[in-house]
Amino acid sequence: MANKIPRVPVREQDPKVRATNFEEVCYGYNVEEAQLEATRCLHCKNPRCVAACPVSVKIPNFIAQVAAGNFAAAASVIAEDSSLPAICGRVCPQETQCEGSCILGVKGEPVAIGKLERFVADWSRENGGVKPEIAPSNGHKIAVIGSGPAGLACASDLAKLGYDVTIFEALHRPGGVLEYGIPEFRLPKDKVVAAEIESVKALGVKIETNVIAGRTVTIDSLLDEEGFAAVFVGSGAGLPKFMGIPGENLNGVFSANEFLTRNNLMKAYREDYMTPIHAGKKVVVVGGGNVAMDAARTALRLGAHTTIVYRRTEMELPARREEVHHAKEEGIEFAMLTNPVEIIGDEKGWVKAVKCIRMELGEPDESGRRSPVAVPGSEFEIETETVIMSLGTSPNPLIARTTAGLETNRRGCLVADENGATTREGVFAGGDAVTGAATVILAMGAGRKAAAAIDQYVKSKN
Amino acid sequence: MYEIITKEMLTPTICRMKVYAPRLAASALPGQFLIVRATESGERIPLTISDYDKEAGTVTIVTQQIGASSSEIISFEEGESFKDVVGPLGIPSDFTEMQEEELKAQRYIFIAGGVGTAPVYPQVKWLHERGIAVDVIVGAKTKDLVIYKEEMEDVCDNLYLCTDDGSAGFKGLVTAMLEKLVNEDGKKYTQAVAIGPMIMMKFATLTAKKLELPIIVSLNTLMVDGTGMCGACRVTVAGKTRFACVEGPEFNGYDVDFDEAMRRQGMYKSEEVEANEHHKCRIGRGK
Repeated sequence: MANKIPRVPVREQDPKVRATNFEEVCYGYNVEEAQLEATRCLHCKNPRCVAACPVSVKIPNFIAQVAAGNFAAAASVIAEDSSLPAICGRVCPQETQCEGSCILGVKGEPVAIGKLERFVADWSRENGGVKPEIAPSNGHKIAVIGSGPAGLACASDLAKLGYDVTIFEALHRPGGVLEYGIPEFRLPKDKVVAAEIESVKALGVKIETNVIAGRTVTIDSLLDEEGFAAVFVGSGAGLPKFMGIPGENLNGVFSANEFLTRNNLMKAYREDYMTPIHAGKKVVVVGGGNVAMDAARTALRLGAHTTIVYRRTEMELPARREEVHHAKEEGIEFAMLTNPVEIIGDEKGWVKAVKCIRMELGEPDESGRRSPVAVPGSEFEIETETVIMSLGTSPNPLIARTTAGLETNRRGCLVADENGATTREGVFAGGDAVTGAATVILAMGAGRKAAAAIDQYVKSKN
Repeated sequence: MYEIITKEMLTPTICRMKVYAPRLAASALPGQFLIVRATESGERIPLTISDYDKEAGTVTIVTQQIGASSSEIISFEEGESFKDVVGPLGIPSDFTEMQEEELKAQRYIFIAGGVGTAPVYPQVKWLHERGIAVDVIVGAKTKDLVIYKEEMEDVCDNLYLCTDDGSAGFKGLVTAMLEKLVNEDGKKYTQAVAIGPMIMMKFATLTAKKLELPIIVSLNTLMVDGTGMCGACRVTVAGKTRFACVEGPEFNGYDVDFDEAMRRQGMYKSEEVEANEHHKCRIGRGK
């Protein structure tokens, strides 16, 4: 029967120390801690955690294997449903998914499913990995656009089914948001991301970097000239949004995408890389999502006193709870119910302050969140050298514009049904390109569904 | 992968390289650019495509040594390979989309400044190959810094050379030459295209406006990914923020806020100088 002990805490780098380095914050469980935590699982007959997981990992089954010390078997259970467990264990919003639906969470702390998944994935990687079953080659070529979570998940499933899969990546390193967006201290690039990508390649998936769909190649040229039977578009979220307030093009105002890409993909924080980055002594980050937390914690590590400005209250912050908690521990200031109205520059055109207005919560909007309303006359200035806008993204129109018959919706996202089929035959899509900015795991789920639909489509054609 | 097939120094600081990048060469059009990352630790540097050869699978880039990153690119020799070359990026020049009749009615004047002469070349060549008459003004500080003179002469109808010191051609600025051609020589143009330093494009635009001549400029802004993801390249065009990498690089000159564009271009100047002092040279890299 389940062990009625409190949730086993996970060891982390000291906040004061980690605020000055880019090493991973969380150390993860060791063998003893993982086995102990695994004993807390109730093994519900109707496991709500599995239903709450976008890729339906058989959570109680893998946890049972952990408790029994069969870590390789646990890894095999996870591998049936997830191709990127070391990543998901680190970045999934478990509190709203698996852990959020854990029965133990009703009266106490849910099982640390994310930390256990991470433990199993890390153990497996360090001990030879999972050898998945790959069907014999069926001779059909599939093109995948984008090597982020959606593309990697789709490519893995198709490769296991015997397809000859090529991923086309626009940047110089594969991984998409895992590489350019999520910082090293949350998701180590060489140890975790590159290793998981290697395991996808080990399935026979080819990755061509520096290929931009819609420019270097087109969807049509892939289908008509290069002999691909179908294309999956997992091109990601797209163009950063700005507020449209005065002063946004001053020197020292950046999108979170630019700031994070310089630091993560282009390794600006490392002495041995040439990439420049500008943080200065004071940074203001506008927004309340995971990306805002990542940008703020990156700026802090580059030596800046950092303030997050968000127009609602802490309750409404869309970021993972763990990220908010970590950001606070590290000394990031939170200015809630605050909204920028203007960025003020010096005589040389560099940022010197952000003029903000205080907000209060009004009536709930369509999303159910109470919408913030400006308090008249409450303007004040925050001195800063850098402003980072983290307000979400709008879809990149490039693929839709260069592919006949591919429809987009009002927001510019690709139109796709629940299995990823777009309005163009043979073209499937999933992830942020379809939903707008969401999470790694939702993108993976969409990639997996599309893989199944592509398999059906190709079979129906032959 | 991205091997340097040929390399030549056009001036002591301007280098021309033909690079093997077959997918890129196959889809490149005039007006587009590419991004080079020379080494693993290098920056992603946007460069305008100066020529392309679909058969040979090569693209030509012309780089002027300015900071650490351009020095790194120039330090590569024939037979060596860049780590990454990606493109083509940006929207091709308007004329590549025009119908033949529309195109035949055009009379183009190109205004090329310094290293910006190189990206003018494929545009003039493209028009010339379709029988469109094109005049070109090429400006440089001095005779030794003039590039692409012979190449340009082969593909344009009239080449007007200007140097600041009068060591070759007309002594004076490209804007003075443009004014002279229109006002004194009675030349009739329907469209000007200026490519060169931001300051030159600004003044070329002011002159074109005075002459009531439409003008297109190609903006060489800061960029990271070049695919619209980062927004480093944003410029104000007709009062609206636009991303030069995906909505440009060519814009109607009348609408561009050049002063803002110049200020933004210098955003990492201090860092760049510092990087150059730190790095200097990477002889022996990767060997």
